[in-house]
Amino acid sequence: MSLLEVRDLHVEFHTRDGVAKAVNGVDCGVEAGETLAVLGESGSGKSVTAQAIMGILDTPPGRITGGEIVFQGRDLLTLPGQERRRIRGAKMAMIFQDALSALNPVLSVGYQLAEMFRVHQGASRKEARAKAVELMERVRIPAARQRVGDYPHQFSGGMRQRIMIAMALALEPDLIIADEPTTALDVTVQAQVMELLADLQREFNMGLILITHDLGVVADVADRIAVMYAGRIVETAPVKELYKAPAHPYTKGLLDSIPRLDQKGGQLDVIRGMPPNLQQIPPGCAYNPRCPMARAVCRRDEPPLYEVSALRASACHFWEEMCDAR
Amino acid sequence: MGRYVVRRLLQMVPVFIGTTFLIFVMVYAVGDPVNAMFGDRAPDPATAAQLRAEFNLDKPLWQQYGLYMGKIFSGDFGNAFNGQPVTELMATAFPLTIRLTLVAVVIEIIVGLVLGVLTGLRRGRPVDSGVLMLTLVVISVPTFVTGTVFQYLLGVRWGLIAPAVSPAAPLGQLLLPGLVLALVSLAYVTRLTRTSIAENSRADYVRTAVAKGLPRRRVTVRHLLRNSLIPVVTFLGTDVGTLMAGALVTERIFNIHGVGFQLWQGIVRQNSPTVVGFVTVLVIVFLLANLLVDLLYAVLDPRIRYV
Repeated sequence: MSLLEVRDLHVEFHTRDGVAKAVNGVDCGVEAGETLAVLGESGSGKSVTAQAIMGILDTPPGRITGGEIVFQGRDLLTLPGQERRRIRGAKMAMIFQDALSALNPVLSVGYQLAEMFRVHQGASRKEARAKAVELMERVRIPAARQRVGDYPHQFSGGMRQRIMIAMALALEPDLIIADEPTTALDVTVQAQVMELLADLQREFNMGLILITHDLGVVADVADRIAVMYAGRIVETAPVKELYKAPAHPYTKGLLDSIPRLDQKGGQLDVIRGMPPNLQQIPPGCAYNPRCPMARAVCRRDEPPLYEVSALRASACHFWEEMCDAR
Repeated sequence: MGRYVVRRLLQMVPVFIGTTFLIFVMVYAVGDPVNAMFGDRAPDPATAAQLRAEFNLDKPLWQQYGLYMGKIFSGDFGNAFNGQPVTELMATAFPLTIRLTLVAVVIEIIVGLVLGVLTGLRRGRPVDSGVLMLTLVVISVPTFVTGTVFQYLLGVRWGLIAPAVSPAAPLGQLLLPGLVLALVSLAYVTRLTRTSIAENSRADYVRTAVAKGLPRRRVTVRHLLRNSLIPVVTFLGTDVGTLMAGALVTERIFNIHGVGFQLWQGIVRQNSPTVVGFVTVLVIVFLLANLLVDLLYAVLDPRIRYV
């Protein structure tokens, strides 16, 4: 049994200008100890998928219109609110992008960490405080005991993100969703934070969903990659295979747009055009207006997720052509 | 922090002098207090001159002001023209008004915050629109109307409460006057809280709190409300001063012999020492309330530092 199975998830946003289809039939899964990287441009539906899994989608305007989210054998979407709440934070936790705004500015970090133990485990104030210090030490914050009463704004960006990670790890959850955990950090600090996250994941054998648009980060830590476009997963594959031979033109476009050390000079290949408006996703394959390989069938039929190999899938009519081209 | 307080206290000095001088000028410029003492009859010129000399009224205005302030700081606020020391009037009036104001502020905080949080979380729903409409009505109807209507309906017509407050002014009797006094500010507190809550309810840290699996009540009170209080506290701080002075109408309606009542009496009877004395104390109350609010900011928001 997988730790998490998402099946045919659909999410819509009802706005004044119409209905935006943010997630359109996502299937994915994570095993214990596995790292799944979800890759995609802004607006590809990766964060919305994560929020739907966590149960923190803003409803309204958001609405889950179909699908299942099976976590440890239970469909979260049919669970009563109270039970769902008990899972949040305890069994699955989330690390947000910008720790400065994601941490409460008027409560000390110690309080915010201790809150996890007090609410979920009914720990006493003193116990919870001691555990908060322990957590801060575990994520390698120097002088944790002295700093436990400090407020988020008194920490540096990297330290703040460590506190965010500590908060997510507090109750040793089975699944962690990290939504662009390093985007707001300096490059040097990014590496440290990713390393810390990977270490802790191994230590606790947690499933990790890493949402990012940074291909460099992915290559280092992920086991498997899911590439999202316009609310669908267009390709999934083990990391190495995906980098070596992408089976979807969008993935190829993403990889080609990375500047490389071994190919100096020349023009950088970029993906032309803009991601589609989610209120008017083009018929057929959503990627067809930007795709160099697009043909008549692409404008007519939405490609299913073809099985490329046991571990790979691609939502392109011409995946075989892609693979043969190598 | 200590230096900040000292600086703020020093800044109060010019403000205090400025406001009190203005009031002094206005009160003494308006009419002749000696004439007022004699009512309709014209005073005997010799007596009038003697009285003027006694009250320093024959000296230039700035000198009068200086002498008056000097006396105030030795605790002598002068006598009302009926011979009663103004300090004596204050000793009975201020405790009454402070009690009334406290009742009003407590009502404002409890009802205003609850309504504000309720509507802020349900923006655009019927509860929200209903309360919003109601606050508009409350804000537009003057206190003397709401006061007399409540007094008539609850006190006279249905006999639920005493229509006037007895001199001892027990807490029970102050509830209705307190509500009337609080009503307009209550509407503002509701609206301020509503806006603040609505704005912050989409903040990232609220989402984090939900993601932590905290119960809804805890998310709302500990995380959302705590962050939304700053504008409300600002308003409440300045409002304490306004309420104490603004109790004038309410105190008249319910026959409470507090600060507003004495001030009104002083104005009507051109009783200058009473007016200037009371206003001076109110100015100090107002200034201190403002300082207190500024210091409270740091408690509510640790990002605020005093230098």
